[in-house]
Amino acid sequence: MVADASLFQIFMDGVFIKNFLIIQFLGLCSFVGVTKDTKSAAGMSGAVIFVMTLAATVSFLIYNFVLVPLKLEFLDLISFIVVIAALVQLVEFVVRKNVPSLYRSLGIYLPLITTNCAVLGVVLLNVLNEYSFIQSVVFGASAGLGYALVMLMMSGIRERTTLVNVPSSMRGLPHAFLIATMLSMAFVNYFGVIPL
Amino acid sequence: MSLTTLIIQAMATLGGLGLVIGIMLIAASRMFKVETNPLVEEVVEILPGANCGACGYAGCADFAEKVVAEDAPLDGCPVGGFDTAKAIGAIIGQEVSESEKEYPYVRCGGGIRCVDRFDYVGIEDCTAVIMLSDGEKGCNYGCMGRGTCVRACPFGAISIDENRLPSVNKNLCTSCGLCLAACPNDILMFAKDSERVHVQCNSHDKGKAVKAVCEVGCIGCKICEKNCPEDAIKVTNFLAEIDQDKCTACGICVEKCPQNCIEMR
Repeated sequence: MVADASLFQIFMDGVFIKNFLIIQFLGLCSFVGVTKDTKSAAGMSGAVIFVMTLAATVSFLIYNFVLVPLKLEFLDLISFIVVIAALVQLVEFVVRKNVPSLYRSLGIYLPLITTNCAVLGVVLLNVLNEYSFIQSVVFGASAGLGYALVMLMMSGIRERTTLVNVPSSMRGLPHAFLIATMLSMAFVNYFGVIPL
Repeated sequence: MSLTTLIIQAMATLGGLGLVIGIMLIAASRMFKVETNPLVEEVVEILPGANCGACGYAGCADFAEKVVAEDAPLDGCPVGGFDTAKAIGAIIGQEVSESEKEYPYVRCGGGIRCVDRFDYVGIEDCTAVIMLSDGEKGCNYGCMGRGTCVRACPFGAISIDENRLPSVNKNLCTSCGLCLAACPNDILMFAKDSERVHVQCNSHDKGKAVKAVCEVGCIGCKICEKNCPEDAIKVTNFLAEIDQDKCTACGICVEKCPQNCIEMR
């Protein structure tokens, strides 16, 4: 059904309509954990865009040229995880070498991209929707962009609300959850009401 | 296809995948290898780890790197103080000498004794208060008492006391200087414990204007300057300043000050 979807439609799907963070609620651990300041949120988003795009590319190749010919489709989950883990490891090498301060501020969340279900979600959705190669790559990149967009919005809001006098029982995570709720409602309603 | 071939194929595929990716990762790890000096790790261990940035570097790890590379002074960490400097010296093989610790001193005695021009309702932050027509206080130089320094302190050493002025808990203070940088009116300054006499005012307004708004502001009357036997006090721009090198803490100025704004600790 979606096999002939236009690239633009897939792009809008990835960034807004099927936004992984606040419409599909995938990968929420880093959404709450790394959005305390914009700088590390941006770094994390960059890493996720990179991993998502490459994971979509590599796993499309592996699925269609190794698993399908051998009729080993049931191995998709495990081989995708292996690919994602390797990519995350690669990103970790690069970030530690080139941006040590970002490496320290991301901390545990960088290796946790491995188990970030948003990344696996992109790859599995590609298979489920029977996207072609180009479509898969576009969906991977746009899902990463959508992730980055929401991460930057959230961290921007959270940075600005540090000046607000929040009741002590609501400070920190509860406050972040409320912001996330409102962001999510805005996205769901906007893109649910106005179909693109 | 029999079950055996299927199992063998599955194992071979996954094993091959793992092998290829493993080899690629080994190559990548060689390419992006980070040379670390083991001394840096050791120094990081003994640093306070608050990442406050008072040393002027981006966090404790950065400072440790610079110290080991001898780009930063051994006593560059004001939080750890002399003990940390000595420990760093022991690791990288250098000697350090001790210097006396400095604490923030509040150069304002106003607080509730300084009149408010209006009732402020809004963001509880000194900088925000000052942005609203120079603050609610009658005095433009004084402490706004909204706790910007309290929030700047990573160690919880500052609190706002009953006079609506910051008070520093010397047991918790680490002399990092973040509160000095945070205060929008530059009221806080570093003072050693051995420096006992201080002017508790920061106002450069003329005497009449100070007297109209604050019970304890310096009016620039020069009585202290005339009475100081050591010639240690100078009134410049309607504010008395004490030269701590000359001051002998005799207490004459404290007694003579008509505004009671000179304090002996």
